Amino acid sequence: MNHPQELKYTRSHEWVKMVDDTTALVGLTDYAQHSLGDLVFVNLPMVGDPVTKEEAFGDVESVKAVSDVFSPFDGEVSKVNEELLDEPGKINADPYGAWLIEVSNISGQEELLSAEDYEKVCQEEE
Amino acid sequence: MELKTPLYDCHVALGGKIVPFAGYLMPVQYPTGVIAEHMAVRKQAGLFDVSHMGEVMYEGPDALNNLNELLTNDFTNMVDGQVRYSPMCNDEGGVVDDLIVYRYNQNKYMVVVNAANRHKDVEWMKAHLFGDVQFADISDEVAQIALQGPNSKEILARLADASSMPEKYYHFIPECTVGGIACVVSQTGYTGEFGYEIYMKNEDAPKMWDLLLQTGKDLGLIPCGLGARDTLRLEAAMPLYGHEMDDTVTPLEAGLNFAVKMKKESFIGKAAMEAKGELTRKRVGLKVVGRGIVREHERVLVDGQEVGHTTSGTHCPYLGGAYAMAMLKMPYTEVGTKVQAEVRGRLIDCEVVALPFYKRA
Repeated sequence: MNHPQELKYTRSHEWVKMVDDTTALVGLTDYAQHSLGDLVFVNLPMVGDPVTKEEAFGDVESVKAVSDVFSPFDGEVSKVNEELLDEPGKINADPYGAWLIEVSNISGQEELLSAEDYEKVCQEEE
Repeated sequence: MELKTPLYDCHVALGGKIVPFAGYLMPVQYPTGVIAEHMAVRKQAGLFDVSHMGEVMYEGPDALNNLNELLTNDFTNMVDGQVRYSPMCNDEGGVVDDLIVYRYNQNKYMVVVNAANRHKDVEWMKAHLFGDVQFADISDEVAQIALQGPNSKEILARLADASSMPEKYYHFIPECTVGGIACVVSQTGYTGEFGYEIYMKNEDAPKMWDLLLQTGKDLGLIPCGLGARDTLRLEAAMPLYGHEMDDTVTPLEAGLNFAVKMKKESFIGKAAMEAKGELTRKRVGLKVVGRGIVREHERVLVDGQEVGHTTSGTHCPYLGGAYAMAMLKMPYTEVGTKVQAEVRGRLIDCEVVALPFYKRA
């Protein structure tokens, strides 16, 4: 499983890429897309929506199941990857290229996991 | 403790993701994923382990009488080598299970039942035996492999001669040889696609599985799991026990009229269905018009009023959209009726459409 060193992670299988000190991209990890299987639908918030740490901001659906996606921090949605609405399979093909949302004015990101720590979380779940 | 089919080790070796289903450890998908497996069956070919299904035998001079009383369909005019679908009802007209009957001759039949219902079915069947008939549950000795998809015929022809290849839909040949292995082959399936189902002894199943996969490789044959089996049957609008019907739903409500012969003198459940009179609800197909996926057990509304619930639903890979089946009150069952499904607090627009969603050309 591929979990790049330069990214941060959550226990609920989101990845975080800091754009600057208070802005970050959020996506689903390789482990998450692999466990979910072929994704066929993505439900995302709108630009301007507030997000709350550890609360769902959207959901993704595979052929078999629906799964919430949780916000790693508090903040406000500043961009939505609308391409995914038509092609959710991109999350399977390229989980780290297929970001879901960009969040600005973030706070509470101090507790995010390193790649090593996240790997341990995945191993525990296996 | 879950049971393993004789093909369990094959699934693990192929990287199958194993889940418990109906008391068995079964592959839900292989590394190719549900969508690729689904599309392989629609366009080329797919191989399924369906050894968890149950098989029982009826033999003797009263075998036919037993089936005609036990099941809603009429087996009187079947010919040897024919296969026929039927619901099996309880006294209230609810469905105990749906199954298929293979006629070897007028005194010998094999009945194939759902894995999840096998023990319940066997109890029910035994409790209703009458006359000169022998009944046997042979499920534990028999493995079943489904070869499905437009390339199935070419694949089977590489391993069998014409005398082992049933030519007509819903027909079978009792004594076949495929790749040197003795088996029963029927032209049946649960995918809405052309294909065969092959029954053999447990010990021969792994060899048959490997042989078919190898032989069909250049024709696009890949192993498929329960995930694709479910999306394929849903796309073809084939009902699944526990979803579109159960012991509280009559086969008429489930839209299985073609397999309920009310003109037959007597069968279990007939009186109850007659007493119920005109249908007040019926199985329909829903095309999801709005954004989202509608799954089972969602409320279906018209103008905010509940008119029924969904029984199955998913994204259909070949049709490229979300579809569901639902049990709706009359008159909301009319094709073209606009309804809404409530999915996690959100209303999604749907429209009643004709069944099946997908029909092979």
